[in-house]
Amino acid sequence: MKRFDYVRPLSVADALAAYTPGAAYLGGGTNLLDLMKIGVMQPDTLIDLGRIAELDAIEMLPGGGARIGALVKNSDLAHDRAFAAAFPMVAEAILAGASGQLRNAATIGGNLMQKTRCTYFQDPHSPCNRREPGSGCAAREGDNANLAVLGWSDACIATNPSDMCVPLAALGAIVEVQGPGGRRDIQIASFHFLPGDQPENETALQPGELVIAIRLPAEAAAFAKNARYLKVRERTSFAFALVSVAAALQIEGGRITAARLALGAVAAKPWRVTAAEELLAGQSPTQEVFARAADALLEGAKPSGENGYKIELARRAVVRALQMSAAGTPKRMPALPASSFAEEASHV
Amino acid sequence: MSDRVSETVTMPMRFGSNSGQSVTRRDGIAKVTGRATYAADNHPDGMLYAVYVPATIARGRVTHLDTAAAKAHPGVVEVFTPKNRPPVVGDPDKKPFMFAIPIEVLQDDTVRYAMQPIALVIGETLEAATEGARLLKPQYEVEPARTGFDAEPAKRAAAGPFGRPAEVVHGDTEAGLSQAKQTLDVTYDTPAQYHNAMEPHAIVAKWDGDKLEIDTPNQAIVLSRGFYAFYFGIPADNILIRSPYLGGGFGSKAVPYSPLVLAIAAARKLDRPVKLVLTRAQMFGPVGHRGATRQRLRIGIDGEAQMTALDHVSTAIVDSFDSSFPEPAANASQGLYNASSLHSLMMVVHNDIGVPGAMRAPGEASGSAALECAIDEMAEKAGMDPLEFRLKNYADVEPGTGKPYSSKALRECYAEGAKRFGWAGRPLAPRQMVDDKGFLTGWGMGTALFGAPMFAAQARAVLRPDGTGLVETAAADMGQGAWTALAQIAADSLGLPLDKVEFRSGSSDLPDGGVAGGSGHTATAGGALHAAGTDAIRRLGELAAADPQSPLFGTGNQGFVARDGRLYAARDESRSEAYADIIARAGGQEIEGKGSAARPPEDAARHAMYSHGAVFAEVKIDPVLFQMRVTRLVGAFAAGRIINPKLAESQLMGGMIWGISFALHEEARFDKRTGRIMNTDLAGYHIPVNADVQGLEVITVHEDDPYVNPLGIKGVGEIGVTGTVGAIGNAIWHATGRRIRHFPIRIEDLLA
Repeated sequence: MKRFDYVRPLSVADALAAYTPGAAYLGGGTNLLDLMKIGVMQPDTLIDLGRIAELDAIEMLPGGGARIGALVKNSDLAHDRAFAAAFPMVAEAILAGASGQLRNAATIGGNLMQKTRCTYFQDPHSPCNRREPGSGCAAREGDNANLAVLGWSDACIATNPSDMCVPLAALGAIVEVQGPGGRRDIQIASFHFLPGDQPENETALQPGELVIAIRLPAEAAAFAKNARYLKVRERTSFAFALVSVAAALQIEGGRITAARLALGAVAAKPWRVTAAEELLAGQSPTQEVFARAADALLEGAKPSGENGYKIELARRAVVRALQMSAAGTPKRMPALPASSFAEEASHV
Repeated sequence: MSDRVSETVTMPMRFGSNSGQSVTRRDGIAKVTGRATYAADNHPDGMLYAVYVPATIARGRVTHLDTAAAKAHPGVVEVFTPKNRPPVVGDPDKKPFMFAIPIEVLQDDTVRYAMQPIALVIGETLEAATEGARLLKPQYEVEPARTGFDAEPAKRAAAGPFGRPAEVVHGDTEAGLSQAKQTLDVTYDTPAQYHNAMEPHAIVAKWDGDKLEIDTPNQAIVLSRGFYAFYFGIPADNILIRSPYLGGGFGSKAVPYSPLVLAIAAARKLDRPVKLVLTRAQMFGPVGHRGATRQRLRIGIDGEAQMTALDHVSTAIVDSFDSSFPEPAANASQGLYNASSLHSLMMVVHNDIGVPGAMRAPGEASGSAALECAIDEMAEKAGMDPLEFRLKNYADVEPGTGKPYSSKALRECYAEGAKRFGWAGRPLAPRQMVDDKGFLTGWGMGTALFGAPMFAAQARAVLRPDGTGLVETAAADMGQGAWTALAQIAADSLGLPLDKVEFRSGSSDLPDGGVAGGSGHTATAGGALHAAGTDAIRRLGELAAADPQSPLFGTGNQGFVARDGRLYAARDESRSEAYADIIARAGGQEIEGKGSAARPPEDAARHAMYSHGAVFAEVKIDPVLFQMRVTRLVGAFAAGRIINPKLAESQLMGGMIWGISFALHEEARFDKRTGRIMNTDLAGYHIPVNADVQGLEVITVHEDDPYVNPLGIKGVGEIGVTGTVGAIGNAIWHATGRRIRHFPIRIEDLLA
């Protein structure tokens, strides 16, 4: 492992002051440290944020929104009763990710900053434009069965692996960042970049900028009664999604009055198309309507390799997630969150 | 019990109260509290860390290594490359023993497979060695990698593994097929799989002159000593291998592999202890794997659904430089179904890949997966329930050879498993069952079969002056609980409770406990321990019978019963004496017994010896998304005498979970351009998690087998994988009507 400096600031100001080009901020370390061990990430300096108390709060805001400090652990947010009641599909998405141990270590800010799980990105010996600009994309003609079907380019077909970011995108979350130039807000829709011809530019963060918090707007809480996350995967737990869907509805008098919808694991960012949501508004929650929304959401989808099945799977998953959402948010978190097997009785 | 004793004139075979009990494993608490010392936990003084540099191409030559950069890194002690390789005496391209493979110890610059060692970096710390390895930045002359079944036309294998022939012919399957009323011709593919024991391969090597001590997890400690003796040109007696705990082996820890030999060579050259621990990724290359197979099965049946032909040709992907281990999948069709003609043949396709080897149920796992699905397809064609079809083709003697089975309670396994599962009333046609949540539900079954081999082992048993016992054999506890079950056997042979017997194992200076493999370890090492204990008791009896002061004086001709630390006259239990008293009067010297075990070849020739079982599976499948779950597995197994039911059932469960893994998860994913495996970690190489394992039930059917060995023990280590894979594949068909003829079965397959 390449030698690096390690600093542990006690405040955001000190963390920002410690930043130099080549440095990396360390949250829970569940992704960054793995990548350092295999030589994919090689920071000169590791700025461990773990002792910064000011980023560790979950605040339910007056009016119905929420503000989550970047260093809140994934588990703590998912199990916060008030938060989970207001934003159930965020909690469900978090609990569908990784394992209990990892969720206990991983932070909310880190979740936002996850690197793609494309195996070629994770292999320093393969060409990868995202890791090494201009080197090429080994995935394009390689083992790409779980890579992008939307928003990809010839330069990169990676997907964003986060579960949490999918409902955050659907709900229009805001990312608060702080850097040498001060604080600013970034809409989550603008936070992750599609690859284009510069896949190395992954997020809207400027050098040295740090994710401070994530805010959920008050209107997002209005979907609490009909909000589900669905994650389709080969293994029942502890696996990245083939496709995932965050689907939230407001239903009044048997009609959908508002909808929020986003797809995960299909592109380099959570995939939200407001036109698909608009199609749902004013309609009855029927399969036909849901299917039209799915088509709109997947418009322009095309295989980037041997992954065409993901398009049909995503279409079906969107319909299913909308059906689950229309059926109502479960009173208790299912034993298998985000699973189509969620309602299955346990054998014990 | 007393009846049996009273009829016994020679030393009675007495199976006391230790065997047959679900004794909790002896090493469990040490393991869960971290007190168990695994190989990598050792830190001898002055120890250096070795990191091997893996080839990142599958075929070609290394043209440059930046050794200067690596050596300049602080803490790097040495960089070994082909230019300054640490000496290995034995020819690394030779195969000194059966099961040995050619190894890569920097003898030249050739790359034969990805992850092959191409350099070894030694550091004062693991971090220094790791960074030194990274700095070498190898350059290559790359040749196109040969990957997959299309790499070349399949050729007939020279021979099968384990000394078995590549082809077995009983009767004329072509004639059997042409005479058949109905035939089936299907091809099933299985992928390359990697053992991925929780504990990676690791070694700590320490030399003292020409004497070598190594700590390494090993399934065949004494055998391996011979391998290392060959590579380092020293007598086997100069080598001490300690392997008290293994974090899983599954067949991958029986022979020395390149990185381990390199670490020992480096320790000798540098005259300092050296530790090397493989990374997870490095376990996908030089330490064996289950080769991918493509299996063509042709079956013919007559008007009575009786099989007229069973023809099984398995093509296995093998390496390009040894080729001695074509995954023997076609073997699975021998010994099971009563077809009037049987043919199995092994073919090979060479790839640029590490040498495949034995992995839990080698041959049978892949072969049974394809065979049991093909049987299900044939039953479907015949319009029969798959269990009824199997019973119709039940073999009462081994098909082809006509040998009687030493024991075969497979009918009972079918009956008990089916009953427990609730198989009766299963609809014949697929897509008939939908549960109350709307999930497609399917039931499938498979027959489990695995040979019941026995190898050679020795053991020593001592009765101490205080009446307690000590037993020794170099057995291997891979986590399966061997030490516990073996101690139970040993305690019985000494007529002592388990807590009065000290059991020493896991070190090569003990009598050879044989290989923990082939599901034969309990029978083999247990047999030796039983013989050793029996010998010690016999000697104790001789002392007592010759001692006028003993109550047992003069009873030598009737034999003895050993029980709870006392020796009883076989025909008169009123005459008895405590071991300690006998030994004390004889001078207080401990009494040593020696024993060995092996199956006489004539016994093996007379009977066909197998463990059997029947596995029933239920799957539930989302009708739209096709996400799958195995909701119930019931396995009924007949495996001779069970020494420890808890451990045996755990073994069988573990095998069945591996079956889920094989059916739905495990697969090495190759980049077809480079020949490299792209999912070399446990995030990408999936095995089931707890949520994938729901109802799991094991039934053991009692079997008395007087022929397999004196203890009547077969094996349970591997059979659980067989049968299960096919049962799950068949259940998926029953749920969906889709025959997916490759493993693992994925959502994508059902969506198509």
